[in-house]
Amino acid sequence: MRPTTEQEVRDAIADAIRSGATLDIKGGGSKAAIGAPRPEATVLDLSAIAGVVDYDPAELVLTVRPGTPLAEVEALVAERGQRVAFDPFDHGPILGGTAGAATIGGVVAAGVSGSLRLSGGGARDHLLGLRAVSGRGEVFVAGAKVVKNVTGYDLPKLAAGSRGRLFAITEMTLKVLPRAPIAATRAVAGLDPAAAVRLMAAAMGSQAEVGAAAYLPAALNHGQSLTLLRLLGFGPSVAARCRMIETLLGAHGAAVALDGDEDTACWAALRTLAPLAGDTCLWRVNVPPSGAPSVVTALEPLGSRWLFDWAGGLVWIAFDGDAALVRNAATAAGGHAMLIRAPEALRAAVPALHPPAPGVAALEERVRRAFDPAGVFETGRF
Amino acid sequence: MTLKMPQPEAAVLARRAAIVAALRRIVPGEGVIADPDGLRPFESDGLTAYRQPPMVVVLPETTEQVSQVLRWCHDEGVKVVPRGSGTSLSGGALPLADGVLLGLSKFNRVLEVDYDDRLAVVQPGVTNLAVTQAVEARGFYYAPDPSSQIACSIGGNVAENSGGVHCLKYGLTTNNVLGVELVMMDGEIVRLGGRHLDAAGLDLLGVVVGSEGLLGVVTEVTVRILPKPEGARALLIGFPSVESAGQCVADVIAGGIIPAGMEMMDRLAIEAAEAFVKVGYPLDVDALLIVELDGVGAECDHLIDEVTRIAEANGSTTLSASRDEAERLAFWAGRKAAFPAVGRISPDYYCMDGTIPRRRLPDVLERMAQLSAKYGLGVANVFHAGDGNLHPLILYDANKPGELDRAEAFGSDILRLCVEVGGVLTGEHGVGVEKRDLMPDMFGEEDLAQQQRVKCAFDPKGLLNPGKVFPTLHRCAELGRMHIHRGQVPHPDLPRF
Repeated sequence: MRPTTEQEVRDAIADAIRSGATLDIKGGGSKAAIGAPRPEATVLDLSAIAGVVDYDPAELVLTVRPGTPLAEVEALVAERGQRVAFDPFDHGPILGGTAGAATIGGVVAAGVSGSLRLSGGGARDHLLGLRAVSGRGEVFVAGAKVVKNVTGYDLPKLAAGSRGRLFAITEMTLKVLPRAPIAATRAVAGLDPAAAVRLMAAAMGSQAEVGAAAYLPAALNHGQSLTLLRLLGFGPSVAARCRMIETLLGAHGAAVALDGDEDTACWAALRTLAPLAGDTCLWRVNVPPSGAPSVVTALEPLGSRWLFDWAGGLVWIAFDGDAALVRNAATAAGGHAMLIRAPEALRAAVPALHPPAPGVAALEERVRRAFDPAGVFETGRF
Repeated sequence: MTLKMPQPEAAVLARRAAIVAALRRIVPGEGVIADPDGLRPFESDGLTAYRQPPMVVVLPETTEQVSQVLRWCHDEGVKVVPRGSGTSLSGGALPLADGVLLGLSKFNRVLEVDYDDRLAVVQPGVTNLAVTQAVEARGFYYAPDPSSQIACSIGGNVAENSGGVHCLKYGLTTNNVLGVELVMMDGEIVRLGGRHLDAAGLDLLGVVVGSEGLLGVVTEVTVRILPKPEGARALLIGFPSVESAGQCVADVIAGGIIPAGMEMMDRLAIEAAEAFVKVGYPLDVDALLIVELDGVGAECDHLIDEVTRIAEANGSTTLSASRDEAERLAFWAGRKAAFPAVGRISPDYYCMDGTIPRRRLPDVLERMAQLSAKYGLGVANVFHAGDGNLHPLILYDANKPGELDRAEAFGSDILRLCVEVGGVLTGEHGVGVEKRDLMPDMFGEEDLAQQQRVKCAFDPKGLLNPGKVFPTLHRCAELGRMHIHRGQVPHPDLPRF
C-alpha cells in the first residue's frame, strides 16, 4: 500500500484494525533488511507522503513529510548554509543497497545518527514536533514547531527510535543547525584501542570543542591504526583548535592533518561504514566510551573486525560468531547491541534489539499498547 | 483563586491517621511530617498564588523507601505529589489535600563523577548549581542553567525539562541527561538510559524528562558534563525598535552563528533593570540585546566582529563589546536582575513563559500592548531571543481587588496569542496547574487523549500528581476504548495547528 494522503494512511490503518492485518511501515527501504523477516505483514509505504511543508532557516526549523528523500532535505538546507543536525547515518550500502536511498522519516524513526551525534545530539534531540496516525487510526499531534517547548509530554522522543512500532508519522518538524563553514581532521597513527579511547576522552574533555572522534584499528587501515579527531566551525576558530589538538596528539606521535577533501572523504566513509562493507554479520554497540576497548578485547580474538565512532561510545562490529557473545560483551560494558546485518535465518532467530530488563520490557509493551492497542504495527520485526 | 483541583476524597481524609502511621513504618523518625506547622512550608511552590497544605509529607532517604511508599499508596489508592526543591513556576509541586507529598530533599548527594565518560551520577535533590560546583575544579560544568539554579534540584529539572539562557546552544535538560533510576507508582524500580547514548528500544527516558512528576519518581540521575569553554565575550546592543532588534537576531542565526546566549529586553525592562543595578544600560533605546559568544579566544573575537557587523547593518544605535570578564558580567547583571528589578517598580508581577516563532515578535508585542491597555496593567518583556521564548512580566498589585484575576486573564490571553501565531504555552516553566486549563487551546481532544494514554502506561490508577498538566481526568479504561465503526474513525477533520 502506498497512500498519498494522510486520510489514506488512516484508511489503511483502519482497514488493518478490522482485518487483523499487520503493517510494516517503510520509507526508502534502505533499512528493510534490519530485523526479523515478516512475510505476513502488509507494507505501508509512506514514500508518497512527501514534500517540504515549511522551512525557515532563521527559526532553525524545518517541517517536512516523512517520505521526503533525505538527500532532498539535505540539499535544501545546505542551500541555506544549514544541515540536518543529527548527521544521519546511511544504512544503504552496508545492507546491499545504494547510498542516499533513505527518507527523512526513516532515519528519524530509526533514530540513526552519524559521527557528529557525539557533539551535536541525535535524532531524538532534534525532532521537535510531529503529526501522526496512531494504531488506533486516529490523527494526533505532539510537540510543536518551535525550538523551545515543554508543553505536554515529549512524545516526539518516543518517535525517534520507534522503528514503526507506535504510529505512522505524516509530518515532522526538525531542528536544523548551521553547517560549519570549515572542517578539519587531525589524526595520530599507531595507538592501541585503550590508548586511543583515553586520547579521545582527553580531547573531548578539552576546550578544543571536538565535533567527532573515531578510531580505525590497524586491520582496517593498512596495518596502522588511526585515531581521528574532527573540528568544525569558523576558520579562525578551527585553526586555533587544530593547534590545541596537535599539541594533545604530539605526546603520542606526529599529528596527521586531513583537510579539505581528505577530511570530507574520511567522514563520508564512516557515514556509510565503508570500512566494514561485506556480508559478515554486523552489530552496532552503544556503550559508555570507556567500555569500548573491553568489548573488542572480548571479540577480536574470535575473528571480528570493528571500529569505534563517538569517541568509543559507538562500536561497529562485523562478527559471524555467536550473537550471545556480542550481547554479553555489550551488557558487561554497560551498553546494548543491535543486530544490523545478518542472513534471514539468523534475523528470524536473534532479536535485532538488545533485550531490555524485564521491568523495562513490560513498560515498553504498555507504551506500545498506548499507541497501538490492536497490534497493527506488531509485525514481529523487532 | 478559581483553580479547580480534583475533589479531595472523604474516604482518604478519614484514614489520615492510618496513612501517617503506615508511612512512619516505612520512613522512621523525622521523615514523616504530619503536624500543621510542619506542613506549612510545603503548601506552595514557586507559583505562590496557589496554596494547599498536603495531607502529610514524607521525606524518604533511600530508593527502597520511595518504592515502599509508592507501593503502599498504590495499593491503598492514595494520591502522591512528588517535590524537589519546590521552585516550580507552574505549580507542578502544588500539594493535594488528600495526597501524600513525597519530598526528595534528602537525596542530596553527588554519587560519582566520571571525567573520562564526561558524566556525573547524582541524586535528584542535588541542586543544579551543585552539579557544576562538583566538577568545576576539573574545568567542567553542567550546561542547563535555569535562573533558579542555586535552589532548584536536578530531579525537578528532569520533571520540568528545565532550560536556561544557554539552552539555545547547549540544549535543555532532556539533551543533557543520559539516564535515570525511576520508581513507578506501583513501586517498581526501573533504569532508563544509562551511561551511553541512545536507547536500545523505545526512548522512555525521553518521555519521562518533562513529564512533570506524572509518570514516576526519579531517584537517581546521570547527567552529561561538558568542558567549560575557554572564554566568553558579550555584546550589549541597543536598537531603536523591537523590529530591528528582532531582525538582528534572525540575521545572526541565519548567518550561521549560534550564540551561547541571546537575550532581549524591552524599554520597560531596560529601565527597571538600569534603575536597580546601574550598570550603564542605554535608556534611549526600545530594545536591548545581549549576545554572548563562547569558545576559544579566536572564536569569540571572530564572532564578536561578525555580530557587530550584523547589528550595525540592522541599525543598532549603541554597541559595546566586553573587554574583560568583569565587563561581561556587568552586561548580564541587569538581565539577571530583571525580575527583582521589575519587582521594585510594581508591588507584584506575574511571569509568563510562552514561545513564538521569532519572526512574529513585532506583531506579538504590538498585540500585547493592546492587551495591556485593555486590562489596564503594565507589562515588561524579557525574552530568550535566540529561541523565541518570551517572558512577559505582568505588573499588578495583589492588594487591589480584582487585579490578580485581571493579571491571570491577561496572562492567559498572552499564552493564547503565542499559540495563535504558531507557538506554545510554555517554553520552560511547564504546564503544571498554571497552564493546565489552556491545554485545549494548543492541543485537540485526541492529542491530549494520546498523551494521557502514555500516562496510563506508567500509572494506570492515575495516582501520581493528578490535577496537573491535563485539564480533564479520564479513566484509563475509557481512554483505551477503540471507536472504529465501518472503517470510520471519529473527528475525521479536526482543525490542528
